Amino acid sequence: MEPKPVIELDGIRRDFVVGEETVHALRGVSFTIHEGEFVTIMGTSGSGKSTLLNILGCLDTPTSGEYRLDGTPVRTMSKTQRAVLRNRKIGFVFQSYNLLAKTTAVENVELPLMYNSAVSARERRERAVTALQRVGLGDRLNHKSNQMSGGQMQRVAIARALVNDPAVILADEATGNLDTRTSFEILVLFQQLHAEGRTIIFVTHNPEIAQYSTRTITLSDGKLREDRINDNILDAAEKLASLPIEED
Amino acid sequence: MNITNLFKIALKAIGANKMRSFLTMLGIIIGVSSVIIMLALGTGSKATIMQEIEDVDPGALMIIPGPEYEETGGNWLPEYSQTITQADYHSILDKSKYLKAVCPMVYSSGQFINGKNNHSGSVQGVNNEFLDINGLSISEGDMFTDAEVKGSAKVCIIGKTVVDKLFTNGADPIGTVIRINTMPVRVVGVLKSKGRTAFGQDQDDIVLMPYTTVMKRMTSQNYFDMIYVAATSKEMSQLAKQDVTEILRENHKLKEGDMQDFRVNSLEEATSMVDSVMNILTLLLSCIAGISLLVGGIGIMNIMYVSVTERTREIGLRMSVGARTVDIMSQFLIEAILISVTGGLIGVLIGAGISYIARFVMMHFTDYHILIAVEPWTVLLSFGICTITGVFFGWYPAKKAANLDPIDALRYE
Ligand SMILES: Nc1ncnc2c1ncn2[C@@H]1O[C@H](COP(=O)(O)OP(=O)(O)OP(=O)(O)O)[C@@H](O)[C@H]1O
Ligand SMILES: [Mg+2]
Repeated sequence: MEPKPVIELDGIRRDFVVGEETVHALRGVSFTIHEGEFVTIMGTSGSGKSTLLNILGCLDTPTSGEYRLDGTPVRTMSKTQRAVLRNRKIGFVFQSYNLLAKTTAVENVELPLMYNSAVSARERRERAVTALQRVGLGDRLNHKSNQMSGGQMQRVAIARALVNDPAVILADEATGNLDTRTSFEILVLFQQLHAEGRTIIFVTHNPEIAQYSTRTITLSDGKLREDRINDNILDAAEKLASLPIEED
Repeated sequence: MNITNLFKIALKAIGANKMRSFLTMLGIIIGVSSVIIMLALGTGSKATIMQEIEDVDPGALMIIPGPEYEETGGNWLPEYSQTITQADYHSILDKSKYLKAVCPMVYSSGQFINGKNNHSGSVQGVNNEFLDINGLSISEGDMFTDAEVKGSAKVCIIGKTVVDKLFTNGADPIGTVIRINTMPVRVVGVLKSKGRTAFGQDQDDIVLMPYTTVMKRMTSQNYFDMIYVAATSKEMSQLAKQDVTEILRENHKLKEGDMQDFRVNSLEEATSMVDSVMNILTLLLSCIAGISLLVGGIGIMNIMYVSVTERTREIGLRMSVGARTVDIMSQFLIEAILISVTGGLIGVLIGAGISYIARFVMMHFTDYHILIAVEPWTVLLSFGICTITGVFFGWYPAKKAANLDPIDALRYE
């Protein structure tokens, strides 16, 4: 049975008006992503990756073109419906982390669940702790965002994206600030999540990472340049095992 | 999102900016406490003034010599103070229909001497109806009799302060002959103590004598300084006033349009005037206090505005993880309300505290005994105002924040 399409883009354009000029960040992008795919999006800096991901995450609306999520055109949804959608179905990892200042790791991770009244305070805490343990920060629960390294903040941001158990995970340079070893740890995690059936869209500059996904979409100057299914998916866990262990 | 979570978020935000939240609250605290203090002072002064005349017969009327000030054109002639005569007194006694008591009055002053002790003060010449009209009573001895009034007897009634000054050895004043200036006068009664008025006047520093005695032996006058009368009831006081006015006009042979050379003032008019003056004063004070509350409210708005602007990225983040417009609105509204209600509460406590301390200090360390009292409605009022202020001034910035698009908010610099 053919897996059902989760994300359908049709002629997506996004223009930014900056003073007199108009920047065409996306110039008609169309593709479909099915349930259970692990897609990496590549492209040079400024090619429109983040812009695309923001649209996919319902944080931004396209200037024109149709975006259907689970078959429903996002354009027709109300602001509140989109908020609930982001809360229940989407996990978003920002390129710039976007953590709450002066707030502990565990509180940052709890945040999405704060806006879900079905989750009790206790369950919220438990799930946040579990998510932090999954990204290897089980010992940094009560560190504040300003007391953590870039890589640690990035992992908190990942944990926050996982905590609501989303169907679709959108990650913008989720390993951009991590050393090779931690990068692969995260990659192992993403492969696990993928194996659990989640749809993952992963923006990266690193062509090596693309080898661990099922499909790679390459953007160039706001247009889709290449869309390639990966026949030879590498196993991140294997690679991790082969890396030398550094003691710190 | 449930309300407890919103409260947690709002509390956390307040806690994260303690100083700023406190300064905002300070505006509200000052506003609310000044409203409370002003109202307590206003209603307290009114209650005090009212209490002072409470003992006086509510139907009391004062017949005073001389025309209304406006009628004189600012030209007060000596004869104006001599227009109330013995004849007027008798006409009132004979003809008036609505009076239950009539008391002629003359004023004098003198040196009161008992052995080595002396004290100077005023003497009021009255008849024995004076006590009833004024709500006074005798604690020891008796009021002088009608016969003593008729016979210009050398007797007097004295207040507690005079007793304390003249009888330092604790002797019984009743029956003692003291001297007023050079005249020997026998003390026949002591007035029950009334203490001081709110404005520090000693009501026990008083000497009463038959008016005949004062007129004949002290001031040598044949006119009265005032006739104090009481209508049969408070309701009858207007009628009694008209009646008395007609009697005196006839006596003075005044025609329509002639300048009236006496005045009749009723206690009721005086009280309602005091009442309305005090109400205006209280209102005025409250308005001033209200302005400071308004300034406090604008402070809240200003802080909320800054807070929203400063936290635009945070708002963007919250929206990106699923906060709805109403969640963001509620968060900021709750923040504003928490600040204003907490400020209001502290303001009420401080306002009430200062009011009662002021009352205590006045009672024990000064002669001014104003019955400052914080009434429940003033608390409710100022509390209500500051909650409304919180909602009102918190609403606009909250709305502004909630209407942003997540990505615009996130990109905000
Ligand atoms: N809010 C905005 N206003 C104006 N121009 C914008 C805005 N956001 C993005 N752009 C422009 O759109 C283009 C695409 O930006 P985008 O952030 O999507 O690039 P990117 O592929 O994510 O780059 P990088 O790899 O550096 O993160 C750029 O030219 C950028 O200048
Ligand atoms: Mg980017």
